[in-house]
Amino acid sequence: MASSTPSTENQVTGGGISTRRKLVNQVMLTLTGVASVLVLIPLLLIFYYLLAAGAGSINIDFFTQLPAPVGEPGGGMANAIVGTLSLVLLAGAIGIPIAVGAGVFLAEAGRSPLGNFVRFIADVMNGIPSIVTGIFVWAWIVVWMGRFSLLAGSIALAVMLIPMVTRTTEEMVRLVPRELREGGVALGFTRWRTTLGIVLPAAKSGILTGILVALARIAGETAPLLFTAFGNPFWEWRLNEPISALPLLIYQYAISPYDEWHRLAWAASLVLIGMVLAISLMARFIIKNPYRDR
Amino acid sequence: MAGSTDGGGLLARLLPSRSRGNLQDQIYGLILLVFGLSLPVLFLFIVLRIGSESQLAIEAFGWGFITSQEWNPVLREFGALPFIFGTVVSSFLALVIAVPLSVGLAIFLTELAPRWLAGPIAFATELLAAIPSVVYGLWGIFVMVPWLRFTIQEPLSRRFGDTIPFLEGPAYGFSMMSGAVILSIMIIPFISAVTREVLDAVPREQREASLALGATRWEMTWQVALPYALPGIIGGAILGLGRALGETMAITMVIGNRPDIAASLFAPGYTMASVLANEFTEATGALYLSALMEIALILFGITIIVNIMAQFLVWRVAKQGGR
Repeated sequence: MASSTPSTENQVTGGGISTRRKLVNQVMLTLTGVASVLVLIPLLLIFYYLLAAGAGSINIDFFTQLPAPVGEPGGGMANAIVGTLSLVLLAGAIGIPIAVGAGVFLAEAGRSPLGNFVRFIADVMNGIPSIVTGIFVWAWIVVWMGRFSLLAGSIALAVMLIPMVTRTTEEMVRLVPRELREGGVALGFTRWRTTLGIVLPAAKSGILTGILVALARIAGETAPLLFTAFGNPFWEWRLNEPISALPLLIYQYAISPYDEWHRLAWAASLVLIGMVLAISLMARFIIKNPYRDR
Repeated sequence: MAGSTDGGGLLARLLPSRSRGNLQDQIYGLILLVFGLSLPVLFLFIVLRIGSESQLAIEAFGWGFITSQEWNPVLREFGALPFIFGTVVSSFLALVIAVPLSVGLAIFLTELAPRWLAGPIAFATELLAAIPSVVYGLWGIFVMVPWLRFTIQEPLSRRFGDTIPFLEGPAYGFSMMSGAVILSIMIIPFISAVTREVLDAVPREQREASLALGATRWEMTWQVALPYALPGIIGGAILGLGRALGETMAITMVIGNRPDIAASLFAPGYTMASVLANEFTEATGALYLSALMEIALILFGITIIVNIMAQFLVWRVAKQGGR
């Protein structure tokens, strides 16, 4: 527009950009800084309270004892910690093979109509509210088995995991250089041997990262477990029995009227966040994908 | 990949032409196909299962289910409007809070912050996304809700309560406002991540051209970078909306869980996800259960539509970026 006038204008007004424009620039840029600080405040507060209210209650008992009945001091959450680990591992065992298979399918199917359709469905499934997943698994597995169970909880978490891992696997397989794949074919490998013997090993670390990120996400989920794993105050190992989980206990304790339980809820949250962050950090630092930065 | 243009079967299209005749590869293609189709099948199964379980309520109440405000399980009256209202209002309020903050943060990170500062801040917002929902809820109950109640709600209600209906009435603490605030904190990481990505995709030449014409840094951002990135930012916001609509634990713990439609932000509300979390295990009677199933079906439908919209926008931006 006025591309030729600013210089003359500036000379008239005494050089540089008009004060009003300068002021707007300063104010708006400062506001973006303020927005950043406002976003960081809740994060700092959450971690401050987790440490202040939770760290004091973490001791050996917390990791080795069963929850104590109301009114009795002490007790721990050992069964919930083991429960969360079993739920996540079993969900992984169910979901990862399906998800990796579907991811390889998507990478091979590329932009074909069927590939686009399955990709679209995977993205849509990623958006299903976790509580709806829980209700679906209740209507399917819990009603069928006639009871809440570790198996039902794991299936609910697996249903959440599958679309996530499918998409990351696809992306990682696609990152494998074409030359590598062609090299396999040129050596006379069949398609499946090229994929299983060359492409998947090359994409391994990236796929693992995606899996770990997904496991970290489902480890903190509560809503899908409410009507599937249900919770259990005792030790439980069997597939067809209800099982305890850290997020379930945090919820139960947080909405209870007892101060002692509130204290334990903070401690359990700290442990849960520690578990989630440990898995995420593993994904972030230990595993590096050689093809990612290309 | 294979890029074959001729017709031919599903399997043929999946495989490169040279291995079409190989039996092993045909089996391999078939196995992959089964894995790939497992997702649509699972999706269809979810729709059918929840749909069939809600049949009873759909037949009993028809459209009245989503227009009725009465939720009284004892009298077997089931109307979902208060929950739909709570879900929609809390999510939109969350967007109103989260979008400006996310865009501000993204601008700060891409345009202003030096590297040593941008890295840690970006990592911190990622941490925000890693915190489990139930931990947000715990923090909400014991830290955020009391603070909002005594520092924000009570003074505002005392001063403006008589004139502005949104701010009227007793300050409950556990309220629509608390729900919206906790949701906004939870969706900011997603919206700001998408916004940063699309801002980063704005071509360098565009920025430089604008600066060369004498624009200030802010004018460059406002007139050049943001318009270019706008579709992506809208897509990110809708993605955040999808998350907020389906969020369960945190909002259930702070919104107050009362099935009323109140004008005041300080009054308790109830969302679809919350009523499912609270009442599903105690639902007695087939009709009660079916009514909850229908709420799950509605929630499912709304989030799917919102996600498809977001997907469409993000795809469009991705296509543009490829040019």
